[in-house]
Amino acid sequence: MGLPTKDVVGVLSDNMRMRGSVLPVPARRATRWARQLGLPKGGPTVIYTGMMYQIIPYIGSLSRLQARVGASSLARFSGLARIANRASRGYGLTLVARPAREERAELDRVPANVVRLLRQAGVDLGYLYEDDLYTGALAYDLGSDQVVASHARRVAAAFARHGVREVITIDPHTTNMLRSVYPRLVEGYDVRVRSYLEVLAERTGEERPPSARRAVVHDSCVFARYEGVVDEPRRLLAAAGVEALEPLQAGPYTWCCGGPAESLYPEKAAAVAGERVAQLSAVARDCVTMCPICLVNLRHASGGELAVRDISEYLLDAGRSEAVVAR
Amino acid sequence: MPAVVSSALADELAVLGEFDAGACMNCGVCTAVCPLGLDLLPRRLLRHAVLGMTERVQEESEAVFSCLLCRACEANCPAGVHIAEDVRLLRRWLLGKWEEAH
Repeated sequence: MGLPTKDVVGVLSDNMRMRGSVLPVPARRATRWARQLGLPKGGPTVIYTGMMYQIIPYIGSLSRLQARVGASSLARFSGLARIANRASRGYGLTLVARPAREERAELDRVPANVVRLLRQAGVDLGYLYEDDLYTGALAYDLGSDQVVASHARRVAAAFARHGVREVITIDPHTTNMLRSVYPRLVEGYDVRVRSYLEVLAERTGEERPPSARRAVVHDSCVFARYEGVVDEPRRLLAAAGVEALEPLQAGPYTWCCGGPAESLYPEKAAAVAGERVAQLSAVARDCVTMCPICLVNLRHASGGELAVRDISEYLLDAGRSEAVVAR
Repeated sequence: MPAVVSSALADELAVLGEFDAGACMNCGVCTAVCPLGLDLLPRRLLRHAVLGMTERVQEESEAVFSCLLCRACEANCPAGVHIAEDVRLLRRWLLGKWEEAH
């Protein structure tokens, strides 16, 4: 049994209002993936992480922490966690959670993979570094619209300040917020938003190399049902020599990974993830995800039964083997 | 005990956003396909909201906040109800009630 719903929602909303993210992490941590890449700051086209790949490992750790606190006698003092989080300096309770170093390193690799893939496809792009802010996706899902609206204006102001006209996103939640939600929250918002999967698919020809490997595709609910991104990952995988296998529920009828319930009801999230792992592992041992929430949740639920990797790793693998062949 | 039917809650939700649960025809497909197996969501819960049963909705906050917003129900809804957005509006409404009491 975890902490009461209203306490956890309160902590997340307070963080969003006070610290600009449901789970604030220091900018140097959130931007360290970009070291060595030499990305210019700002410009007409930027990659935008929305900090999702960087903060998701903390959500898993924080929910395990809150489950432990909830099981202790502290849970009797309703509101205590919220008071402690408000009163603490800096980053609040987030840094109490300590995700595994390997998991953080793996998720940090994804935005760097995406930059490499976009560069291979001839896309010039910049990065906003400390102004690449969390979009407020989880707070919006929880219904904290007013807090998110005021934050969205800050994000839009950062775009204007850095001359951004086009944003290339990585994960489905940031894509949905910037493309479908922000236009309703920010007056005059006029930024073109596309996922890197859409950008790459547009630039990919019809040639199909023979498949060197096979993997089952787990569609993100938000990509498939909110943003209509279904064909693009399949086209890219085919072009990368990966045979995309379909689980029982796929594409517009995909089955959730359970992750959205993780911060409030970890047991429910684990049950949904367990069912999805069974559907996926019935088809293949290798699994492709395209969202950090799906990646972490399915991996934890599978206990090693399923080898879950981000789609960017599969796409980059193909580039690497082509380079070896060319040499 | 008979419930007192009122449009007051639906009216409050309509101020927050486009609450379209009134289009639900109670077929139950949403419940059948819900990954969480939420017996309550969305059909009964939305009915409680449409009928103005505010106390029931407040008692059902765990179901409201458990919803994954995954839209599996919407992909199968024959009435085209925007179920996930309706649930999000219920969250906004509940947050408002909690803040009032805070």
